[in-house]
Amino acid sequence: MTVRRIMGLETEYGISVPGDPLANPMFLSGQVVSVYAAAHGIRSNQSSWDYAFEDPLRDARGWQIDRQSADPSQLTDLDDPSLANVVLPNGARYYVDHAHPEYSSPEVTLPRDAVRWDRAGDAIALESVRLLAERPGQAPVNLYKNNADGKGQSYGTHENYLMPRRTPFPDIIRHLIPFFVTRQVVCGAGRVGLGVDSRGAGFQVSQRADFFETEVGLETTLKRPIINTRDEPHAVADRYRRLHVIIGDANHLDVASLLKVGTTSLVLGMIEDGHLRGDWSIRRPVAALQAVSHDPTLSAHVELADGRTMTALDVQWMYLEAARSWLDARGDDPEPEATAEVMELWEDVLGRLGRDVMTCSGLLDWVTKLELLEGYRSRDGLAWDDHRLAAIDIQWADVRPEKGLVHRLRDRGRTRDLIDPEAIREARETPPEDTRAWFRGTCVKRFSGQVFSASWDSVVFDVPGRTSLQRVPILEPERGTRAQVGSLLEESEDVVALLHGLATPED
Amino acid sequence: MPGQEHAKPQRRDEEPPEAPEAPPAPPAGAAVKEGLSDDIDSVLDEIDGVLEANAEEFVRGFVQKGGQ
Repeated sequence: MTVRRIMGLETEYGISVPGDPLANPMFLSGQVVSVYAAAHGIRSNQSSWDYAFEDPLRDARGWQIDRQSADPSQLTDLDDPSLANVVLPNGARYYVDHAHPEYSSPEVTLPRDAVRWDRAGDAIALESVRLLAERPGQAPVNLYKNNADGKGQSYGTHENYLMPRRTPFPDIIRHLIPFFVTRQVVCGAGRVGLGVDSRGAGFQVSQRADFFETEVGLETTLKRPIINTRDEPHAVADRYRRLHVIIGDANHLDVASLLKVGTTSLVLGMIEDGHLRGDWSIRRPVAALQAVSHDPTLSAHVELADGRTMTALDVQWMYLEAARSWLDARGDDPEPEATAEVMELWEDVLGRLGRDVMTCSGLLDWVTKLELLEGYRSRDGLAWDDHRLAAIDIQWADVRPEKGLVHRLRDRGRTRDLIDPEAIREARETPPEDTRAWFRGTCVKRFSGQVFSASWDSVVFDVPGRTSLQRVPILEPERGTRAQVGSLLEESEDVVALLHGLATPED
Repeated sequence: MPGQEHAKPQRRDEEPPEAPEAPPAPPAGAAVKEGLSDDIDSVLDEIDGVLEANAEEFVRGFVQKGGQ
């Protein structure tokens, strides 16, 4: 009955040194993270992330794979002294994931906040680029918020949604696959080139679609699945699962980003509530995912298991209508305005896409990018395999305002922005107030010298005069809010006082 | 829940649901300008000024290691 839930976004940024394609991306990514951490007085070393509760090999389907049979890229909890990994004062994690700097936003409860703290990550990436550029003798490092290099490689933008453990995973799979196959018409970021290595000429709706090979699976770097089964709740495991969604694109436009998390949260709510009872399963969903992506006219049809054929837009309308009947039937939404905003924008965007795709320019990433590319094609007579179009696709995502084409369009007032620039600036330094991110981020901000390590579900203090480290578990994502611990954090002169206050029963 | 099984969802827009959709993708090199905003030319003029000078080299140099 609501769009509200604990959620967050992760972005792996593309990284490159102009003119030096062989520069070591792991080393560079480490520099990106550590230069930011150093400038903000944040500890940055291999022990500053607390891995005690991490379990990347646990599978939501109920088994755990043997560590020795795992591909090394699946082992995300190994210490590597050369890799920076920090918790930021806004409660986010900023670190090196494989060969990319990754910003994982703090936990939020509303789609607007997801967009806000995601955009704060872009601002942090920009500041990191600027700080490196100021270093004497440092080759310039650029970051790109996209998901494909056009040579065959992809890197992720993931979403995380907290769900009750009791919701059967098969229900999640059945009802989410048709939604994920089709939601790209709303939240795809657009890509020049067809196929993983862009060997085909053309434009497609999604950055990621060509990189998916299977319906359900644990992997994230190979044989990518539409539904990822990583079961690492970062919370009380008996009560929660964290749905780790790997099929999304990196969004720059606020409306697309809001709808990505907002509509997904609504669909999960309907699954949890048992509201989706029909079977909208799509035949051969991986092929359908790619067919939808490869048709920016949105006329491609998918075939449902019951034999019906319909467009991706039709499928999205079915989910929207189901959401409306779900919301109409229940009057207990704690955040009615946030839910209404998502529903109204969702309906508006689907209506526009049905009438004239181009009317979504400024709202949706893929359409805005396509309009620019079509402008170039029209003015200069460019074919889809022209290097200039591929260059525009990459430069689209440059985090620097003077080079990034999204920034150029935004500065001209051609994007509909939902988040105030001042709110984004503030979110670089400030955690969301209504989740445990408030406790985590504020501890890092106030007691940086005594925070030995931290993670999604713990803060570990090195208390002066104590021989053992003091670990504070934060396994309930909605415990540790500003309302609950704000005054204690403000009033505690030091970590000793804070720990004493935490150990004292509440009134 | 009744009402969920219909093949055609109820679209709540003013236009007839079968109105022609977006113009079909034009053939390579013969892009049409219909549907693009009127001031797209001035946008292109500005963007010309920030585009990487050597597009081919820029594209070739953008090489990433795979991620998640």
